[in-house]
Amino acid sequence: MKIGVVTFPGTLDDRDAARAVRHAGGIAVALWHNDADLHGVDAVILPGGFSYGDYLRCGAISRFSPVMEPIIKAALGGMPLLGICNGFQVLAEAHLIPGALTRNHELHFLCRDQKLTIENTNTAWTSSYKQGEEIVIPLKNGEGAYMCDDETLAMLEGEGRIIARYVGENPNGSRNLIAGVTNEGGNIVGLMPHPEHAIDSLTGPSADGLGFFTSVLKALVK
Amino acid sequence: MALDTVAQAQANPEASQPFAELGLKPDEYARIKEILGRRPTSSELAMYSVMWSEHCSYKSSKVHLKQFGEKAVKTDALLVGIGENAGVVDVGQGYAVTFKIESHNHPSFIEPYQGAATGVGGIVRDILTMGARPIAVMDPLRFGPADAPDTRRVLPGIVAGVGGYGNCLGLPNIGGEVVFDQTYLGNPLVNALCVGVMKHSDIKLAKAAGAGNLVVLYGAKTGGDGIGGVSVLASETFESKGPAKRPAVQVGDPFVEKVLIECSLEIFAEDLVVGIQDLGGAGLSCATSELASGGSGGMKVQLDKVPLRDPSLSPEEILMSESQERMCAIVEPSKIARFLEICEKWDVTVTVIGEVTDGKHLEITWNGELIVDVPPRTVAHDGPVYQRPFAQPAYIDQVAKEAINVPLAKSDAEIKETVLKLAATPNLADKSWITNQYDRYVQGNTIQSQPDDSGMIRIDEKTHLGVAVATDANANWSYLNPYEGAKLALAEAARNIATAGAKPLAVTNCLNFGSPEDPGVMWQFAESVRGLADGCLEMGLPVTGGNVSFYNQTGDVAILPTPVIGVLGVIDDVRTRTPMSFDRAGLDLYLLGDTYEDLAGSEWAYMHNQRGGIAPTADLQREMRLINLLVAGRTKKIFSAAHDLSQGGLSATLTEMVLRHNVGATVTLENVGIALISETPGRVVVAIDQAQTAALTQEAAAQKITLTKIGTTGGDSLVINGAKISLTELRNAHSETIPKLFG
Repeated sequence: MKIGVVTFPGTLDDRDAARAVRHAGGIAVALWHNDADLHGVDAVILPGGFSYGDYLRCGAISRFSPVMEPIIKAALGGMPLLGICNGFQVLAEAHLIPGALTRNHELHFLCRDQKLTIENTNTAWTSSYKQGEEIVIPLKNGEGAYMCDDETLAMLEGEGRIIARYVGENPNGSRNLIAGVTNEGGNIVGLMPHPEHAIDSLTGPSADGLGFFTSVLKALVK
Repeated sequence: MALDTVAQAQANPEASQPFAELGLKPDEYARIKEILGRRPTSSELAMYSVMWSEHCSYKSSKVHLKQFGEKAVKTDALLVGIGENAGVVDVGQGYAVTFKIESHNHPSFIEPYQGAATGVGGIVRDILTMGARPIAVMDPLRFGPADAPDTRRVLPGIVAGVGGYGNCLGLPNIGGEVVFDQTYLGNPLVNALCVGVMKHSDIKLAKAAGAGNLVVLYGAKTGGDGIGGVSVLASETFESKGPAKRPAVQVGDPFVEKVLIECSLEIFAEDLVVGIQDLGGAGLSCATSELASGGSGGMKVQLDKVPLRDPSLSPEEILMSESQERMCAIVEPSKIARFLEICEKWDVTVTVIGEVTDGKHLEITWNGELIVDVPPRTVAHDGPVYQRPFAQPAYIDQVAKEAINVPLAKSDAEIKETVLKLAATPNLADKSWITNQYDRYVQGNTIQSQPDDSGMIRIDEKTHLGVAVATDANANWSYLNPYEGAKLALAEAARNIATAGAKPLAVTNCLNFGSPEDPGVMWQFAESVRGLADGCLEMGLPVTGGNVSFYNQTGDVAILPTPVIGVLGVIDDVRTRTPMSFDRAGLDLYLLGDTYEDLAGSEWAYMHNQRGGIAPTADLQREMRLINLLVAGRTKKIFSAAHDLSQGGLSATLTEMVLRHNVGATVTLENVGIALISETPGRVVVAIDQAQTAALTQEAAAQKITLTKIGTTGGDSLVINGAKISLTELRNAHSETIPKLFG
């Protein structure tokens, strides 16, 4: 199974995401932001970083990169798409996921090992986990507070579209402790913390993040 | 102002020139006239003024720094030595590692965020320039008292700047230091270290060889920021009066640098450059003169081709601008098309601004008129050399006579109070409020970072080869005895590499001092360099490069002499490293090394306003045996954990160990008052499984290192003799200080 990993100018975690795909048993394919060809990949990851230096708003420029057009089209047709951190911000800017990510409530960048609960295991990216499972993966961002209006929040909660929630103290001011959200079809997931940095306990706080990548490989085999 | 050309300089030899305003002394100006056989043009004057500044020319330190060459260790490990942008060390398996520290002290006081940010940016470009992929940064920082109002201005800005720039580059921050002292109040120290890795064959040098090769400027456009940064800012003492120097601070854009890194690495991978130099301090003046003198000397540059952010800049300003995120490459004409293509892919501005000639002069024109015509070596390397007078300052003998009078814990209540006070004091308190603003995970190869003794990065995923880096300085000891202080800092950094089981390999340094015009400060500097050179020779560690920062002084008050020493080590398998702390009960705790009544310069003495006494003497032979023991203990899997003792002594070490994984310990100490707070160098606490007792005893005896069993791990408290401190109470004391002050 081939998983595309997009590099925008200023993307940082592309090599980490590709490594995580390989660890899970998939083939990672590098996709370049300026090339509107998906090179036959079965799923796509938009990795973390500071694409376009966060100019204008995080993700606001990347959303218009040539590669995004076929990605958006394929994802609306059911292709699995995961946006991590800056990738989540791109998904929000592209309106593939409702809501927006804003400055952390303490107004500075925060990097820490973060406990999450997995709240929805029926997505392309979370089926390897157990419902309610607690995992610890790195959180690192300056603009990670998930915001949306009350109506959207009620809809997300009602439809079970919050896939992961922070445990304990709210690290960034996200509404309802939201760490990750999926679309209606469950194929698109936006996630603020970084599972690709937790694929083994040698370089990460745990190997808990690997499940996101094994999940998509399982979903693609089905 | 009319253009000042070489022809005009010849026609009008007596024109008065503002050399003093540019930081040049009358004899230096006279020497420039002598070199050129005429007065310099205003552009030439600009170039000489920045390149002959203290910051660029090392004119006060050169005579001392040459000891690093004279006392050099014979080693095959050093692939590129002092003089290039950064030294390069062979770490095996075909890999080469380059690392260097630089200061960005003065700009960070004026404008904390941008000063610190561009400090990171500058050192990262130095590493990139060697042909390496930058893989990690570290940041030793020093501030005024933690509760001083100005520290509240400076610290959050500097921390945000280090993070803002480094995080955006995708470089894990794997450690550093945060130290508070009164003398840094008007002179905070921002030192930034970067490590990079490459294959041996990829090493690049700053030389412009081959007539007809093109001089290519790429990266950000040139603006009016940072003009005179090195001459006006970094090479002078701050005065309370005088104009604001804010415009002399550069403004960085990490996004441009990130793109520049990836673009450059792609260019290097296709072997498209003959030589390369980054534009840092002294900007184009430095890059063109250093590249030209690294080759045969001849180069022609059309300065009007330099892309500008501000079209009103004069040629002098363009030559002096320290705009960030720029590189200058020498490219063969046959390879320029591909070079331009890669720049276009990354949307990087690129311009051919000149070519290498077979002449001996660097010639710069502005719209066809010759404005610079100099032998480049005279600009880049033949700057003035000063034999600054130096003399042991009077305070040295005075403080040596001062007895140290501090309370020593006797009762259980006093033990508890001592441990909690040390855990909470700003210099020893938990720094995660700061380090959590830095990304330590990016690139996915971080094995150790703060609060471990050293940072450790995996450089090969298949073989598990890794490197470890630690930086240390003990300015309190350097104040009492700069010769021993430098050696002790070296020993501590090396020990911090070895506690994880890595083998120390090479040394870099960042020497932060007051004004070299003060003979007492100059003596501190001379003694520190002598100590470091002697220490490196004795330990068999080559010095790969370094940086000197003088004029860290406000009025008559100089900072404590602060030689920050960085040591790089190698570990053949990062999976086998010895962790800093234990995660289970039932292990035995041992202290390696002897404890004496070493209170001079200790944190406990500092907390009681005692600055005198006699600093410990470095016993480097014993330090090397201790390192052997630590490395052998790792390879033979003897240790479950190992943690260095330094500031705050055994009390601080035990605090950090029990809090790391929330596993307590019960410890029995003789002469507990001294045992808790003494800072005798050359000591480490190790945790072992009881099955390893014989092996540890044997290894310690073989290395003649004193071994003392002090206790066992387990429980939810740190128990010392009869004093019981719950981990919750200890954690609160340790972790509340910094957020309360700065959060």
